[in-house]
Amino acid sequence: MKETAQILNTIQELLSSQKLAVLGTQDRGQPWGSLVAFVSTPDLKHLTFATPRSTRKYDYLAKDSRVSMVIDNRENLARDFHAAMAVTAIGQAAEIESQEAQALTELYLDKHPYLKNFLASPSCALVKIRVKKYSLVRRFQEVMEVYLE
Amino acid sequence: MKAVIPLSAAHDSLSPHIGGKATALAHLFKNGFPVPDAIFISTQLYHAFLDQGGVRERIAMELNRKNLNEMRWEEIWDTALRIRHIFLTTPFPDPLRQALANSIEAYFGHKAVVVRSSGAGEDSPATSFAGLHESYVNLQGTDSILEHIRLVWASLWSDRALLYRRELGLDIASSAMAVVVQEIVAGECSGVIFSQNPNDSSQSVIEAVHGLNQGLVDGTVAPDRWLLERSSGRLIQHLSVPRKHYLVPSATGVHLTPLPPPKTRSPPLNEARVQQVFALAQQAEAVFGVPQDVEWTFRGDHLYLLQSRPITKLAQDASEDKRPWYLSLHRSFENLEALRFNIEQQWLPAMDEEAARLAEENLAPLSNGDLAQAISHRNQIYEKWRSVYWEEFIPFAHAIRLFGQFYNDTIQPENPDEFYKLLKTTDMLSLKRNQMLTQMADYIRSQPQLATALQQGNDYPVDQVLLTKVDDFLREFSGLSWKDSPCFPNREAVLRVLSKMLPNPSKGENQKIDNTTQLTEWFLSHYEGEQRIFAGKLLALARASYRLRDDDNIFLGKIEAQVIRALEEGRRRLKERIPFDPQRLTSNDLVRMLREPDFIPKKRRSKKKTIFSSPLKARQIIGQPASAGVAFGKARVLKKTADLFQFEAGEILICEAIDPNMTFIVPLAAGIVECRGGMLIHGAIIAREYGIPCVTGIGKATSRIHTGDRVTVDGYLGIVTLG
Repeated sequence: MKETAQILNTIQELLSSQKLAVLGTQDRGQPWGSLVAFVSTPDLKHLTFATPRSTRKYDYLAKDSRVSMVIDNRENLARDFHAAMAVTAIGQAAEIESQEAQALTELYLDKHPYLKNFLASPSCALVKIRVKKYSLVRRFQEVMEVYLE
Repeated sequence: MKAVIPLSAAHDSLSPHIGGKATALAHLFKNGFPVPDAIFISTQLYHAFLDQGGVRERIAMELNRKNLNEMRWEEIWDTALRIRHIFLTTPFPDPLRQALANSIEAYFGHKAVVVRSSGAGEDSPATSFAGLHESYVNLQGTDSILEHIRLVWASLWSDRALLYRRELGLDIASSAMAVVVQEIVAGECSGVIFSQNPNDSSQSVIEAVHGLNQGLVDGTVAPDRWLLERSSGRLIQHLSVPRKHYLVPSATGVHLTPLPPPKTRSPPLNEARVQQVFALAQQAEAVFGVPQDVEWTFRGDHLYLLQSRPITKLAQDASEDKRPWYLSLHRSFENLEALRFNIEQQWLPAMDEEAARLAEENLAPLSNGDLAQAISHRNQIYEKWRSVYWEEFIPFAHAIRLFGQFYNDTIQPENPDEFYKLLKTTDMLSLKRNQMLTQMADYIRSQPQLATALQQGNDYPVDQVLLTKVDDFLREFSGLSWKDSPCFPNREAVLRVLSKMLPNPSKGENQKIDNTTQLTEWFLSHYEGEQRIFAGKLLALARASYRLRDDDNIFLGKIEAQVIRALEEGRRRLKERIPFDPQRLTSNDLVRMLREPDFIPKKRRSKKKTIFSSPLKARQIIGQPASAGVAFGKARVLKKTADLFQFEAGEILICEAIDPNMTFIVPLAAGIVECRGGMLIHGAIIAREYGIPCVTGIGKATSRIHTGDRVTVDGYLGIVTLG
């Protein structure tokens, strides 16, 4: 249990320190990656990002809600090979229902205040990923997985 | 370093943090000049404000929507307005607010102050930001002073300051602003002196007005002017002006008021005082070692120096100084009122008269030589009115800006574009024209057989009522033209447009909510007394400006139509001699052909078409959000007159810019994308009137998007998505 808590703690710190993540969706078997500004809930159960509804990522996740998200702290330096960490989250995405929108909007804007106008647009969707599993990669190839569901 | 520095404690080495104006004041104070007491708010606090609440990144995101060099002035104004709004709506963080409030209360208590900009790190012998940033006069109370400090910071990002920095190639992101909070000296007469006249280095020049200096600086009050010999102070000339108004402190800020009769007759300065001002500038020049531009005021017998700055190299070479043009982007209420009077009472009636006179001329009996002469003459007339359009009509658009700023400052809405809802109006000429079309479409719908015949594209339906309506329409609008061709050359063209309107009864109707009176009342309820009167006048001025943004194009279009009528007559006569499509013949070649029977024009080379297909395709393009909403449909790119008549209801209209002469097509469109950018361009105004999603400022829209492409127009975020 202690090790799980430590891993979750590491993941929490990484997620809090990073502003951007790569979202993975797919269209009829063709993978698609998109850079998004994200925030995680304190319990790590959910990841949230915003997107206009006219984008490919929105279109794809509407057709298939299974998504992934990669968050890392690389600096584009040689030391990344031993020092960088990456987390891959696997889960199910859904546009946020209005009743829970306010709390998640506040959480999101707390981390990304400059996206206030973007988020306020009626054409912009706030999407929540219910995370099933986190996979943490560090020390070049060490991989630890935490199942939330 | 302290974030707030009193005048007495400031010194030259603080210049990068307190800016040029504050450093000069400190220098003058140390040398015994009579300057009002002041505190300087260093750029450290400006940066602290930017670093909280994401303000710095929000500004950067606004500025990076597009390459600044590709933005038109309307777009830069929209950007500046949004940035200003960020400053207005972001509260001070508590510790910052407390620190500032304590200093302000300790130094000024309940005294009234002036809050001035003091730009840091950008002054150089070749640049002058004088007048480009804001100053606010006669502020009382900590809250008001704090609010205006934010506005002074915001003025670092005003459209004229952005344009000026773009022109000079300065790094916009690294700019910073310090602020001078100065005790107000409400003098009875004030002015500026150039210790060296920018136009004649042997002279000094003084400008003076009754009342506060702000009236002179913002161009509201015309000054008396004195030219003096620089070496001796000998008076060379006094240029007197009619003195009508002066600016005085009011309960909140300043206001313009008529001068009492005795003052209208007396110049603001007598000869002794002219010499006192001259001596002050000489002393300031001696302290700084270079000619100075000094602002001063007399209160009682005391002469105060308000600020002093070096006269820049650019100001010495007036022809190279672009600053006056940028300053002209800022117009006072009085100046705009005068402009409105000229436009409505003088220019528009004159244009109407000119168009009517030209329309009466019968061109058919003219000889070819006389027709050539008529075409040249009409071209000259058109060019004359085009220059009036640029010099008089375009600046009048600034009434909308002035209103927008006033609205945002006083109401502080969530959305900086909210004020547009008060400007929506139905009495624009192009909308009246569309209403005629809507009424005809309604009539056709009430006659099912007629509607079916028209939609099936059968021969002319013989319906006398409809044909009479069509003829009435043609009588009024047959002069409409786009891309050098008439839009409605005959009944068939009108019927074709009507047939497209039939399936969508709601599309042709103006969706304006008819609550103008309620909205006006709601707006005015925010103000009392003098401010309420001013708000009402400003709203009326802005509405006139908004309407004229549309109507002036139509008046110009009437003149242009008369040029085209003469060109059409020429093309008709020369049809047999033109070896290609007559519409492609230039006006100059046409004139030459009419004059020289043997002249055969060369066909203009058309642009080579690319034969390979580019691997590069735009998927999502960022422009300016101009009318809210999201629309999806097939693109129709408008490049020539015939494209107008191909337009199907529900398509997305893609064009360079919506010309008021083609507004009749707009109600059919599900969405609009324009190359030209800004909230104030004609297409954006019309799109908002009809509630059609619109994105402007998509630079290569007509080449990147092709007819038939599937397009999503996001008018909230200013994004166009293809595919």
